[in-house]
Amino acid sequence: MTMISTLINYLSYEFVQNALIAGSLSAILGAIVGYFVIIRNVSFAAHALAHIGFAGATGAAILGLSPLEGMLLLTIGSGAFMGATGDRLHRSDMAIGMVLSMSLGLGTLFLSFYAGFAGQATVILFGNIFGVSEGQITEMVLLSLLSLGGLAIFSRRLLFASTQPRLAEARGLSLTALSIAFMIVLAVSVTLASQIVGILLVFTLVIAPAGIALRLCRSFWSGMIVSILLGLIAVWVGILLACLTDRPVTFWITALFFGLYLTVEGYCRFFTKSDR
Amino acid sequence: MSWMASRPLLMLKTNNYSPMIAALQISDLTISLEGNEILSGVNATIDEGEFIGVFGPNGAGKTTLARCIIGTLPPTRGSIKVLGFPPGKAARQIGYMPQGHAGFDSTALSARTLVEAACHGDRWGIPWTSRKSKQEVDRVLEVTEASDYAARSFSVLSGGERQRVMLAQALLGDPKILVLDEPLASLDPKNQALLIECVARVKRLTQTTVLFIAHDMNPLMHVMDRVLYLAGGNGALGKVDDVVTSASLSKLYGSEIEVVRVKNRVFVVSAEGNVTESECFHHDHD
Repeated sequence: MTMISTLINYLSYEFVQNALIAGSLSAILGAIVGYFVIIRNVSFAAHALAHIGFAGATGAAILGLSPLEGMLLLTIGSGAFMGATGDRLHRSDMAIGMVLSMSLGLGTLFLSFYAGFAGQATVILFGNIFGVSEGQITEMVLLSLLSLGGLAIFSRRLLFASTQPRLAEARGLSLTALSIAFMIVLAVSVTLASQIVGILLVFTLVIAPAGIALRLCRSFWSGMIVSILLGLIAVWVGILLACLTDRPVTFWITALFFGLYLTVEGYCRFFTKSDR
Repeated sequence: MSWMASRPLLMLKTNNYSPMIAALQISDLTISLEGNEILSGVNATIDEGEFIGVFGPNGAGKTTLARCIIGTLPPTRGSIKVLGFPPGKAARQIGYMPQGHAGFDSTALSARTLVEAACHGDRWGIPWTSRKSKQEVDRVLEVTEASDYAARSFSVLSGGERQRVMLAQALLGDPKILVLDEPLASLDPKNQALLIECVARVKRLTQTTVLFIAHDMNPLMHVMDRVLYLAGGNGALGKVDDVVTSASLSKLYGSEIEVVRVKNRVFVVSAEGNVTESECFHHDHD
């Protein structure tokens, strides 16, 4: 009883409500975009985009921008570049690895200009969902709507081009244009996710729900819906557990996904031998 | 022969003066890739409803020709007309089955989902499959007898099953021309026969023009109308008995080639004693 009343008490706080809104937004966007990340087999590129964003988030202050804006600029730029160079670059682990470590290095340099070096670094690297302000929420709603709007326009072509590029090309689709458009949406979703779980753990919100959903579901829509539900549930439960235990949300979200992953993986191995 | 009856109507609509529009009109086609001339001045006219086997050694330009026909590779010189149109304009009339399925061996999505994604996949919007599209997907999966396993993940299907799924999606929208790039690769003889029977059945029912690229011509002998043999940058189109002869192929390769016939099977052997079609070697000793 006391647990429930504590929860209800927490839910009346504005910072918890903001956290729930921001968390839901990035969970939904991450689940949808992540689904295409898995189908397109570009999870390393997604991971790298987040790290590249570190330099943007820390360097933003030099240009007088907020960390969110700085990260957005840099990830969109690099995402578009990765998309334009196509398979050659974003399948090249070496090239991506070099760029992402350089970005982390640059980020560290920019961080050294801050007074509160360690505190700022922790927030950017590990997220600070309870510190999301009204203004940030507005920005996040806008960005989510733009990305989802973009996907609503071209996701049909994207799915075709992702599953069967040669055929899509034959039907007159531009693989490069689709790749660029997708990488831009991915950049936005990675940036939003990093506001919640931090740059280092973007993987949990952008890849985990979709990856788990794709283990369970064979059709596009069932997989998509399961992915969104998993993302939302993990974020909500994570936030509530954080309120109750006073331990970081990021930990709870990653722990929930890890638990889900183990369960699903075990289920698939032992019960569905014929299907993967 | 329902297509015969509909023929005059079609001609009235399109062009009064042309006696018949060729399915494919290839004139002086030359394609260079990174400085190498793959095809040099190939000419061929393929009529509607023909089943053409396309053969030749590795690197002879079979896939290059296919890419040119579907419009993803522009000719360096010369031209291709697909049903009277430049290749890009006729994309919807062509059902294409690319060689292999690179990268998608690991997809968890079902075979059916892949076919659904290809159905009107070039439209804008979200990947929603309408009832009509679902029926179309059902139809093509039935034609290739792939319905039974279409709900399973593409990655767990056998090579033969995958090829029938890929063939199914090439049939979406009733294309006038099928371009099949090495659909027999890595299939055992039984699955080869199944797939060929499937294509032959589709051709019989719909009078589709078929371009069937393959390495070994023997499994296709009974279904082909003519062969297009590519070698040394050149191409020869004609009946098997006219094209696949020692004299004709020697001219094409530019070196001495021997065509050996053993018990209704054809083997192409170079004068140095190498069998140019490696698979034949195996059959020889089976």
